[in-house]
Amino acid sequence: MTETTDEKTTGIAEAAPAAAPLLKVRGLVRHFPITKGLLKRQVGAVQAVDGIDFDVYPGETLGVVGESGCGKSTMGRLITRLDEPTGGSIEFEGRDITHLSTGGMRPMRRDVQMIFQDPYGSLNPRHTIGGIVGTPFRLQNVEPEGGVKKEVQRLLELVGLSPEHYNRYPHEFSGGQRQRIGIARALALKPKLVVADEPVSALDVSIQAQVVNLMDDLQEELGLTYVIIAHDLSVIRHVSDRIAVMYLGKIVELADRTSLYEAPMHPYTKALLSAVPVPDPKRRTERDRILLKGDVPSPINPPSGCRFRTRCWKATEVCATTEPPLVALRTGHQVACHHPENAPDQAPEDTPGKVSKTAPK
Amino acid sequence: MTDSDDLTKTTTATDTAAAPAAIAEPVADGGAAPTAFLEVRDLKVHFPTDDGVVKSVDGLSFKLEKGKTLGIVGESGSGKSVTSLAVMGLHRASRQQRSKVRMSGEIWLDGQELIGADPDDVRRLRGREMAMIFQDPLSALHPFYTVGQQIVEAYRVHHDVDKKTARKRAIEMLDRVGIPQPDKRVDDHPHQFSGGMRQRAMIAMALVNNPELLIADEPTTALDVTVQAQILDLIRDLQKEFGSAVVIITHDLGVVAELADDLLVMYGGRCVERGPADKVFYEPQHPYTWGLLGSMPRIDREQTDRLIPVKGSPPSLINVPSGCAFNPRCPYADIPKDNLTRTVRPELRQVDNGGTPANEGVAGGGGHFSACHMSQEERERIWTEEIAPKL
Repeated sequence: MTETTDEKTTGIAEAAPAAAPLLKVRGLVRHFPITKGLLKRQVGAVQAVDGIDFDVYPGETLGVVGESGCGKSTMGRLITRLDEPTGGSIEFEGRDITHLSTGGMRPMRRDVQMIFQDPYGSLNPRHTIGGIVGTPFRLQNVEPEGGVKKEVQRLLELVGLSPEHYNRYPHEFSGGQRQRIGIARALALKPKLVVADEPVSALDVSIQAQVVNLMDDLQEELGLTYVIIAHDLSVIRHVSDRIAVMYLGKIVELADRTSLYEAPMHPYTKALLSAVPVPDPKRRTERDRILLKGDVPSPINPPSGCRFRTRCWKATEVCATTEPPLVALRTGHQVACHHPENAPDQAPEDTPGKVSKTAPK
Repeated sequence: MTDSDDLTKTTTATDTAAAPAAIAEPVADGGAAPTAFLEVRDLKVHFPTDDGVVKSVDGLSFKLEKGKTLGIVGESGSGKSVTSLAVMGLHRASRQQRSKVRMSGEIWLDGQELIGADPDDVRRLRGREMAMIFQDPLSALHPFYTVGQQIVEAYRVHHDVDKKTARKRAIEMLDRVGIPQPDKRVDDHPHQFSGGMRQRAMIAMALVNNPELLIADEPTTALDVTVQAQILDLIRDLQKEFGSAVVIITHDLGVVAELADDLLVMYGGRCVERGPADKVFYEPQHPYTWGLLGSMPRIDREQTDRLIPVKGSPPSLINVPSGCAFNPRCPYADIPKDNLTRTVRPELRQVDNGGTPANEGVAGGGGHFSACHMSQEERERIWTEEIAPKL
């Protein structure tokens, strides 16, 4: 896999020396208002996504991980423009799509597709598989070579289903097969960017591996770019080239796979990685697990400064007052922390212990 | 034996199961006194439906001692949860309920047989001797009552104490499972708790009577990893403290690697491999176990290769494939001669003891068992040469 990554990076360098990103996200914000009373006066906001920046380059897989409520799914809905951002900008192939109308977005929908988590909820039970996978062609008024039916059957074969399944209904398929149907639909219009929100979390382990491999193969075959959102750190490690870790609506660390998993800088990433149970009974005694105290704070009223400070064992005074910016401390490794691991301290004058340690509410 | 239709003690005629396994087992069976704390013998749980009989559990045996943890792994529909509900006696919870479930076999808990027992006797045990933690704490807790009221109720059902004492006990338990400010939170309703706290509250409720058997059915599946780590630690600590026997049911091999002493791999309602956790992880002896290990992306190392998935999907429990239930998905199904895998159901044989059949006398006693027609040499060769290097 490391080899392919190398190939990919060099490939990008050759094709586009400037490495123009396919998707460019700057300062993206989405606040869901909380209203009260008859006049729907706004009394607060759920700060689901609160200022995130990242780029997605052609041909790569960006993994987004975080716990429930960190805003990763909202982020996915924003970059596919299924939801309207409160602020910030989204550029796709250099074109600003932040506030495009539904009609304005329609031509873009060909290039940006989504794979959903729930293979049961995302397929209309009253439509045949042929109808479901053929819908994108009808909506976009595209007449594929050889007709819609032939193209749909080709797609079904591509994702490992039989072309004879054309006239069947979703209930006749298992969860793994349904997920393949969802993938076939997403690939119908040969998109450039595929956003997959928890594509395998509803599937059994053995089926999960089939779908992960399928997505791998399709990326190689069709040159797809993926943004894969998942909570499973093992799956993310397997599929991603670069990984963004989110916490309470912010990206706290963004790095390539190897450096993120081998030398995480943000304390949250370190704790998250140490918490994953390893399928290796001998190592259960060796590992020093960092147990985070308490729960994730509410995104309605996030902590000041660094959002992780209430649960962080390294938190000092500066963490409560100043929000750490997301900066590259090493090539290709960005982190937002005053006291990172595996890197020089960003606020050495501020010694730990000044602030009462990690008192979670 | 009032509702005899509920407990068909006679084995329902399963022609395919009339293989050597079925013949060998009754010999050891014979109502011999159990030696282990929890002993399940040839458990069968069948549900008749309009489409046919769903054989959710079809001949499962295991043993568990106090202070030990048994991990049961398998995919959805392999019969893990049905097994746990059977042990808890929840398939026929009330006399009135005309449930159609057909159960046979024996479940011995601390010298008492549960399948043939009076439902009222089982009810007295449930909650006191054995308790269960469910996957989804929000649907397992009653939304109308406070967390405290629910724990108090669980305690007072089995202990003749006044409300004040029970409330004190509830606060004590909430404190023990790590709920902050337990004397205040005891009066909260479940919706005021976060997911992790709800799971803690449910553990507090399960442990309030100091049960000697704790069954945890996917206790952390609905939780985030950081919370999962807290809960797994809590279960481990509490087990040390109370010395109870724990059955942990999960699809996550990482979770069982953390907790389990012994491991039981289920497929299509049967056990395909069973043994000490180290053995099953490092010298697995069944192609399905290899498949599970190969399917799993690893967090602890960089993978150079693709995952090795199991082809196909899990079997229908109405129409389980003849012979070895795994044969349609098994890449090695053609190795045993005479089409054996498709005609004869393989019996569970001990791996580390020259392949003697797993009769009930030795089952679960630390041995390593596998139900596969391939010879042991063959399996060891495939594991060391073909599978292990790719993991």
